[in-house]
Amino acid sequence: MKSKTLIKLATQSIRKNKMRATLTMLGIIIGVAAVIVMVAVGYGARSRIRQQINNLGTNMIVITPGAAQQAGVSQGAQAFPNLSLKDVDKIRSESQYVSAVSPVIVSRTPVIGPAGNWRTTINGVDVDYSIIRDWQTTSGDFFSADDVRGNRKVALLGNTVAQNLFPDQDPVGAEIQIRNAIFKVAGVLSVKGQTASGSDSDDVVLIPYTTASQTLSGRTFIPQILASTANEQDIAAAQDEIHTLLFESHKADDFTVKNQADLAAAAESSTKVMTLLLAAIASISLLVGGIGIMNIMLVSVTERTREIGIRMAIGARGADVLTQFLVESIVMGVLGGLVGLALGIAGAKLVGHFTGWETVISPLIMLVAVGFSGAVGIFFGYYPARKAAALNPIQALRYE
Amino acid sequence: MTNVIQTEQLVKTYASGTNEVHALRGIDLTVAKGEFVAIMGTSGSGKSTLMNILGCLDTPTSGAYLLDGVRVDGLDKNALAAIRNQKIGFVFQGFNLLPRTTAIENVELPMLYDRSGQKRDTRALAAAALKRVGLGQRLDHQPSELSGGQQQRVAIARALVTSPALILADEPTGNLDTHTSIEVMALFQELNEQGITIILVTHESDIAVYANRIVEVRDGRIRRDEAVKNRRSAALDITRFQEVA
Repeated sequence: MKSKTLIKLATQSIRKNKMRATLTMLGIIIGVAAVIVMVAVGYGARSRIRQQINNLGTNMIVITPGAAQQAGVSQGAQAFPNLSLKDVDKIRSESQYVSAVSPVIVSRTPVIGPAGNWRTTINGVDVDYSIIRDWQTTSGDFFSADDVRGNRKVALLGNTVAQNLFPDQDPVGAEIQIRNAIFKVAGVLSVKGQTASGSDSDDVVLIPYTTASQTLSGRTFIPQILASTANEQDIAAAQDEIHTLLFESHKADDFTVKNQADLAAAAESSTKVMTLLLAAIASISLLVGGIGIMNIMLVSVTERTREIGIRMAIGARGADVLTQFLVESIVMGVLGGLVGLALGIAGAKLVGHFTGWETVISPLIMLVAVGFSGAVGIFFGYYPARKAAALNPIQALRYE
Repeated sequence: MTNVIQTEQLVKTYASGTNEVHALRGIDLTVAKGEFVAIMGTSGSGKSTLMNILGCLDTPTSGAYLLDGVRVDGLDKNALAAIRNQKIGFVFQGFNLLPRTTAIENVELPMLYDRSGQKRDTRALAAAALKRVGLGQRLDHQPSELSGGQQQRVAIARALVTSPALILADEPTGNLDTHTSIEVMALFQELNEQGITIILVTHESDIAVYANRIVEVRDGRIRRDEAVKNRRSAALDITRFQEVA
């Protein structure tokens, strides 16, 4: 029998039992739609996190104190002031792979401007910070190496800070007060948006780290060092190199070196688990849909025993009957899959529209969903089709 | 002279629990091309078993069966399916049309299972067959929209469409009233006059008289095999029927 004829036969019998076929396909439809929506939401969350992490800067390596052990107990990151400016200098002068490095001295304090005050994060950084985080100014200029060397009181405002302190004017050249010191605004930073954890990257003021340690903290240790490489391929090598260099001077493993990929992986792993879980739940409904197909096909075989007998009497072979029923269940599976796909895409769009979440529908998942529902059709259609093909034509013809 | 059917010592034995049922105990039957044979017998006579074997729906326990010159006993299921498809046209008591399927689609059906690879315009052939049985105006009607007589005509068209060596009709008038039965027999007679070999299985003697030979089966053996004396013309009977009415 020609495949065209087979498909015609299968769709004929589905069309003749529209209501039943629709109900049968409902399981597959719901399953596929659920898979599509769940995975779209999961992928959306992942791609958003990845984007946020890339926002941190490209090829970034983060060095934090920690992993120190005292009497066999890990003290956790940032428990001890293990990193110093000497480490920064050592990385800068001795590393082959690192192209930019900057300490980050963090403090939280109110900043006073002409339009009031604003509590924000003050980061004391070096000029390389601009390269590492790929962060430029929209007006004014990043402070210079001279500014850093001279402990000058210059500041760069994050967009959020600039908007709050200087709602109506360009703050470049104006003065702000941080603690007891007066700073000159050198520039305003470009907008970075939210971080992966949901805080505002633009709610920040950058000042030279020298000034920060002198006027703000008065401490010499550094809570964080950022570095970056010129090429993405060098990240792993740079990471190892930094570890070796710092271990040389510290004589202890009292610091942690992480790269951006590690951070991304950590952040992504949670959404991955979510996506997997959701997909598993959705797959169960596909399975249930498959059992529905099998059930209906079994009923259909019994109900159409006489038809099978007629077909066999006029020359259908067992294989013809098997193929007919198998194609019927595959067509039901695939048709259900396609309808489910359409509903799933619409559903994902709706979810995105009402929640504001980003949803990503990958062509791969569409292919997998429809292919899988076809496979469900084959798997659950085979047994009933086998049963039909094994019928004895004489008995089938006599069946009432 | 070619024989459409030639059997030698056909035996069919069923195992029924510990007992053996001897449905056929040695049937020698020869049917020449162009014959119209009525096989008669009461239920339990072995007539149905004989029909199933002649129709290649079943295989004999022993004995030889040549259909249209081809040895068919001992063939496997798939080969038998192909033989049924090409050499036999079935007409059943219960019409056995596919429900919710138009007349022309029902008639096309045997050609869809043809594996000989020949290219045919199945739709045109089906339409021609329906025309031949007088249903040229009912091509797109479904069985539920047709009367019993019309449904049986569709079944006959389906049997005819592959130009088989033999038409095997199993109680074709069993579900029809007398008038319609005679109409169907008239159609069979007409087809027989065109040279088609027909085997009619029936238990009604007033239907068997439209054939030209009667074979009576009893207890798995042929008891009587003779030409029909006073063969009736169904066409003539219809006119008589109408005069009475």
